[in-house]
Amino acid sequence: MTAPLATAVSADPLHPVTSEQAEAIHVRDLHKCFGELEVLKGVSLTARDGDVVALIGGSGSGKSTFLRCINFLENPTSGVIRINGEDVRMISDGHGGQYPADRRQIERIRSRLGMVFQNFNLWQHMTLIQNVIEVPIHVLGVKRDEAIAIGEQLLERVGLSEKRDVYPAYLSGGQQQRGAIARALAIQPRVMLFDEPTSALDPELVGEVLKVIADLAKEGRTMLLVTHEMKFAREVASHVMYLHNGVVEEEGRPETVFGSPKSERLKQFIRSVS
Amino acid sequence: MADASIFPAAISGMFELLSPVPPGWGGNLLRGLANSLQIAFGAFGLGLLIGTLGAYGKLYGGPVIRDILAIYTTIVRAVPELVLILLLYYAGTDLINRVLEAMGYAPVNISGLVAGIVVLGFVQGAYGTEVLRGAIKAIPQGEIEAARAYGMSPGVMMRRIILPAMLPHALPGLANLWLIATKDTALLAVVGFSELTLETRQAAGATKAYFLFYMAAGVLYLLVTLSSNAIIGRVEIWARRGMPSIREA
Repeated sequence: MTAPLATAVSADPLHPVTSEQAEAIHVRDLHKCFGELEVLKGVSLTARDGDVVALIGGSGSGKSTFLRCINFLENPTSGVIRINGEDVRMISDGHGGQYPADRRQIERIRSRLGMVFQNFNLWQHMTLIQNVIEVPIHVLGVKRDEAIAIGEQLLERVGLSEKRDVYPAYLSGGQQQRGAIARALAIQPRVMLFDEPTSALDPELVGEVLKVIADLAKEGRTMLLVTHEMKFAREVASHVMYLHNGVVEEEGRPETVFGSPKSERLKQFIRSVS
Repeated sequence: MADASIFPAAISGMFELLSPVPPGWGGNLLRGLANSLQIAFGAFGLGLLIGTLGAYGKLYGGPVIRDILAIYTTIVRAVPELVLILLLYYAGTDLINRVLEAMGYAPVNISGLVAGIVVLGFVQGAYGTEVLRGAIKAIPQGEIEAARAYGMSPGVMMRRIILPAMLPHALPGLANLWLIATKDTALLAVVGFSELTLETRQAAGATKAYFLFYMAAGVLYLLVTLSSNAIIGRVEIWARRGMPSIREA
């Protein structure tokens, strides 16, 4: 079920370097409406293994909604989503929307996408290590000792070994977010999804989280990253998409998008946030 | 009666009346208490079950389920419990026996214990639905979203995330319900179930020592509440394990 479907995107000009890599996420012509309001107006994206795609754009541009459609926290109104080479089957709800046909397929797909939220969303009634081993044990069926061994390694990686048995409420925002990244890594995700991971943090805590994410990018992890940190996006991304009003206004390699933006709006956006 | 001896005589008389072995009535009171506690446990457990399902139905169910649950919680909470007990006990057993007769079976004698548990559990379920619905709504939405985002099935999410996360919000309300359950058992005296209050009335009536026996029953109810409070307090500390205390925050 994770077989690559290379044929569909064999001539993708956006990924000249990594085009021989297997396709992890493929989205075509995604639309999303909230009632009358159309938030996404036909967004497409292909992420291959090892890609780091940064989604940038002003508030209300639809970048977070796009990310949330990929693991079906929002049901896209129309469009094709293929994850790990698996097409997600959708059923029409009869009101112009659609929902996934097979709940188990969605659960299976979600359990291989490591989502990191803006507000961390750690489970408050569990200690850090319990948060990290929860999904491996109770969703993926990993043995407890094995999950704990992996979880401890991951906590060490994000620098939280000594906070192993602490509840999230007693951690700083930066620590919680690093813990949330460890939780996401524990499922051995095919793709990491970051939804504005540093937006809720105090400025002095942003760096420690970005450093962890940058390390993941360096080791070749596939990531989709919604962010307001332009400098960071430029450093770690292999591909940048600028969304405005639900469409991809401009995309390409970071040095091109940031170095010589074509559209007036993107120029203005880059000026306003840097 | 000699003035000098009235006090010791009264006290030793009290002990005789309260003695757990006949001719004392203490044993009857303790049996009544045991019956009351059995009903309270059963009713509270049944109420928790109905309440959990009811809260889930009200929050996530379709329009028909939500309407049915709205009618259930409204009516049960609107009608006095005494009326409901009389209604469900007499009308309920009557209905069951008519159905059995119509189907050609002999009528059954429904035990007071089972009937009491079912009737009080039905009432507790309506209040429990609202307590638990509020507690589930108090869970930070992001925690539920994280559970969904990691592929938890509805069953796993309920067991691993929603129930433990809502518990600290539900406990004060559930503790109220438990204490109410222990005392509502007294209402079953009207249908002739020998719980603590009925046993007390019989003991008092037979001995004319009204004050003594009603005070004794009051002390027993108080002891139930005090020990409940001690247990609930510990449960609450455990359930709030991830939360900083209000004073620290």
